[in-house]
Parts: sequence; C-alpha cells; structure tokens
Amino acid sequence: MGKSYKYELRLYIAGKTPKSTTALTNLQKYCEEHLQGQYKIEVIDLLKQPQLAEGDQIFAIPTLVRKVPEPIRKIIGDLSNEEKVLVGLDIRPVKMQL
Amino acid sequence: MDEITGGGIPTGRPTLICGEAGSGKTLLSLEFIVRGAMEFNEPGVFMAFEEKAEELAMNVASIGFDLKKLQKENKIRLDYVHIDRSEIEETGEYDLEGLFIRLGYAIDSIGAKRVVMDTIENLFAGLTNQGILRAELRRLFQWLKEKGVTAVITGERGDGPSLTRQGLEEYVSDCVILLDHRVINQISTRRLRIIKYRGSVHGTNEYPFMIDEDGLSVLPVTSLILAKDVSIQRISSGIPALDNMLGGKGFFRGSSVLVSGTAGTGKTSIAACFANAACERGERCIYFAFEESPNQIIRNMRSIDINLQKHVDAGLLELHAARPTLQGLEQHLVVIHKQIRRFKPRAVVLDPITNLISIGSVGEVKGMLVRLIDFLMEEQITVMFTALTLNSVVSEQTDEGVSSLVDAWLLVRDIEFNGERNRGMYIMKSRGMKHSNQVREFIITDKGIDLVDVYLGPEGVLTGSAREAQKLQEQTGLALRSNALNMKDREIDRKRKMLEAQIANLKTEFESVEDELNKVYVEEELIKKIAGSNRDEMVRMRQEKGRSDNKKQKKK
Repeated sequence: MGKSYKYELRLYIAGKTPKSTTALTNLQKYCEEHLQGQYKIEVIDLLKQPQLAEGDQIFAIPTLVRKVPEPIRKIIGDLSNEEKVLVGLDIRPVKMQL
Repeated sequence: MDEITGGGIPTGRPTLICGEAGSGKTLLSLEFIVRGAMEFNEPGVFMAFEEKAEELAMNVASIGFDLKKLQKENKIRLDYVHIDRSEIEETGEYDLEGLFIRLGYAIDSIGAKRVVMDTIENLFAGLTNQGILRAELRRLFQWLKEKGVTAVITGERGDGPSLTRQGLEEYVSDCVILLDHRVINQISTRRLRIIKYRGSVHGTNEYPFMIDEDGLSVLPVTSLILAKDVSIQRISSGIPALDNMLGGKGFFRGSSVLVSGTAGTGKTSIAACFANAACERGERCIYFAFEESPNQIIRNMRSIDINLQKHVDAGLLELHAARPTLQGLEQHLVVIHKQIRRFKPRAVVLDPITNLISIGSVGEVKGMLVRLIDFLMEEQITVMFTALTLNSVVSEQTDEGVSSLVDAWLLVRDIEFNGERNRGMYIMKSRGMKHSNQVREFIITDKGIDLVDVYLGPEGVLTGSAREAQKLQEQTGLALRSNALNMKDREIDRKRKMLEAQIANLKTEFESVEDELNKVYVEEELIKKIAGSNRDEMVRMRQEKGRSDNKKQKKK
C-alpha cells in the first residue's frame, strides 16, 4: 500500500462488541462523507494483538487514533456524535476548504 | 510493614494506598513490586499513569532499585499509560477494555503475580465521563481479583473526610492504607495507617515510616505485647564504684538506664565509661550523640583516660551524631532501629535524649522512647540514656516522663557549697537489685571516673575541698583530743592514787577503832565468863556443904 493518505486512521477495538461495530460503522460513514479517497482506516483488534495497545497508549475501547496528519488525536467512544468526531479529527476545516 | 498488617497485604486482592502528594505512595507500591520480584520471585507489572517508565527507573535508582535490570530479566514490566486530555475527544459509549487488555497482556507476558496501578485517578483527570469510569473501575478490580493477582492501587488523598479524591475506597475495599505527611514544628514526619483490612488482624495506629537509601521502612509505634525475655546477667557500668552501689555487679543486661543531671555534671562521661566498658568486654556498642560530634566525644573522653578511638578502630564502637532537628522524631527512631539492626550491638547509648524535646512534645518524646526501650529490650540490648534536667523540681520528677520506664535511674547533681561546685551522684531507682541509698561524690579525674563517699560530718554532707578540709580538721581534732585524753587519764590516775592513800589511812584508823571496841568486848566477855564460873563455883560449894550436913544428920 505504498500510497500515503492525507488521513491515516486507526481504530482500536476489542472483539466484535456492539460498541466496536457501531464505532466502525460510524467512522466509515463519516469518512465516506467528508474524506472520500483521502483516508485509510486500520482496524486493530486488541484481543488478537494486545501488544499493540501500548504503542498508542490505548486504555479505552473503542479508540480512534488519527496518526496522520500530526498531531496525533484520539477519540474514544462509539463515535455516535458526528459533530464531535469531526471536530476531534479536525475534519471540518478540510471540508470547508473543499 | 508486614508486622503491622499481620503478614503483609492480602494476596490476590486489591489494596488501596492513598495519601497526599509526596507521601510516598509511588515508592511504597514500587517497592512492593521490586521486593516481590527480587525476594519472592513474583514478577510484577507496574502501570504508571503519572511518570514515564524511564523517569520512574531513574527516581527509584536513587534508593537502590535497578528497574532496568529487572525489566531485562522479565521480572518487572513497566507500563506507562499516557492520558492527555487535549488529545482525546469523547463521543458516545466506550469502556476501558483497552486498559484491561494492556494489563492482561502485561501480566500474561511475564506471569505477573503483582500489579501496581500508580495513581489510577489520573484517569479521572483525563476523561470526563465519570459514570463510565466508575463502572469500569469496579469491573477492573473485579477482574483483577479473578486474575488472582495481588494489586496495589494508589490514589490521591481528597479533601474533607474522603480518603481519595474520587472515592476509590468504595471499590477497593479489601485493604486500605493511608499515607500521611505531616509537618510538626517544621519537621515533617511520614506516617502510615491501615484503615481497613478485611480478614486480618492489623495495628490500627499511625505508624511512622521513612524513605532512605534502602527504601521505605515502617516501624510499629509500640509493640503490642509486653512479653519480653529478661536476663539475669549483670554487666558493669564501667565505673567500679558505681557497680558497688548497684549491689556490686552493675546493671542487668537488656535493661535501660537513665542518667540525668544538670549541665556539666558528667553525664556524657558516665555514658562514655559505659560504652568503654562494653567494648572492653568485646561487645559491640553504638553511641548516638545528639550534641557532640564523634570526634569531639573521642577527644573529650581522652582527657579522662577513656580511649574510644581504639574501639572505633577495632569495629566495636560506632558513634553516630545527628542534630535532633535533622529529622523528625520518628525518623530518628527509624535511623536508630536500622543502625541497631545492622550493627547488632549489645549496648546502646543515647546522649542526651533531652535534645529531642526540641523537635517534639514531651508526650511524643516519651512515646518514641517507649518504643525504643521496647525494641531494645526485645533485642536484649542494654541502653543508657542521658537526660539534662533543668534546675527545677518539676523536670527532675518527670525527665521526659521516661523515669518510670527505665530500670535504673542515676541522678547526678551539682552540690554547690563553700564556693565550689561538686558532683554528687545517687541511685534514684534500680529495679530488681539491691542498691545503695547513699549520695556519693562523683569525681572526674584524668584517670577516669570515681565515686567517693561523701563526708557526713556534724555540719552535714560535705564534698570536694570542704570534704578534704573536714578530713584534715578531723585529723587535728583527733590529735588534740588524744592529747586531752592523756591529760585526763593522768589526772584520774592521780586522783585514784590520792583516794587510795586516803582509803589506806581510813583503814588503819578503822582498825584501831575496831581494836578498841574489840578490847572492851573481850573484857566484857571475860568478866561474864569469870562471873559465870564464880557463880557455878558458889552453887557447887553450897550444894556440897548441904550434903555434908545431911550426912551428919543421918549419922546421928
């Protein structure tokens, strides 16, 4: 996947819990809406790869981490509040630029 | 620590350590992990919410823990959880499963038996949804219990009556330890209290503890029981004359001796003598000085022919000097404990305990000394305290209130008389042995310390040169008296001779009178006799005449 995206997002979940699923669905929805083609979503299941939790300082589940662009931002919760997610990911201005 | 909790903190259950900032929570929990890893081979996970792993390692390196090495050996795992509110947005429902997973992973990766979560309350600072947090924490503790790991959780002490800011004690209810950092008279003391401990007998008092290069140490305020072995062995006080006063044998081993007196009465000298005697017996001795530096003591004692340097070089004597204000009372006590445990002496000197009063109230000093005495008695260590008494009746009675605790109490006092000051010493009490009730004069010479009987003359108790003068006076008096006696003797002799002559005179006089009287008596007797015989003669003659007359008549 050598291509670099403007937004690199990582979603940490732990198994297929309702919260995780909701979060993933919400995230995909927002990204499609606002960042079409500019993003990459990586889903990490901590039940399968627990050692990855330390790297991104994950303590809550689900957590969305914005790796790129810097600085790293984290959003925890099921991402049900679109407004907050977009502010948290700093996406609003991007859309306005478009 | 294990002693007061009745065997350590509960295995497989969470313990809460709460306290103010800087009260040593992190250190206590870290020590728990490190000791577990090093001594009991129980690997541990340290989850830090406050300090980074490297910072932690650096901080505790100063008290002798090598975290990096332990980490390499897979005995300890440090996990730093960074929570930065500015990086985090919360939307909707979430849980702390991530934390669980991390912790679970860390535990499983090294097979940890012990877990520490250092200031879990930082979570509260980073996250706003308290409802979720509380529920999750409850779940976390439950989960830890199920995992069977021994957990230690630290928490900041909150305002008001609550023990922790977030009321963590509601969740972690198996054992709660409170650390406190109090400043009294500009000296801070760390204290520890076990608030609750399910299923264990524990001390409920506040226990002082301290942090030094060996980590954290706690000591009980008082031992719970008064059941100590006692020794009947006697040891010398180092002053032969004093031993004589104590029934000829000195103090009991393991007893406590208080030497009190006003300034300059030679308390330190007595203490040095005692230490010297212990070392001469080949026993180890620690001298805690709160007034003079070790070198000062050694130099000063040389002037009375006590060579302490020799014992220091031989490793028998250790001198520890510290200003009382250096640290709190409890810290002093902890230091003393540690030194004693390390050096294992048979005799201990504390000179003087009075100075301790400057950093604590009388009650506190007494409490400290009670603990110290208890400890020393248990270890069968003989202790000598010196105490400065002020020139007032009250302090002489109380003496930091330890006079009732000690086994023997020597009082050294000034006797000011005749333009000079002399030292008198007497034994106020000495439990379990015969002791002299007399005041002895206590003299410090360049040969050491000695006691002499004070002179009890017609003018009262005399000491010093007055005593010498009195002795001389007595000698002259004796000569004079013997002279007078001689003269009297001679006079009596003369009188006797005179009387004897008179008696002889009277005797001869009496004899002549007696003779005279005898003469008369003899004469009278003679007369009586002669008269008697004459009468008989007459009677006889008359009878004979009558008979012849009768014959004549018959014949007729």
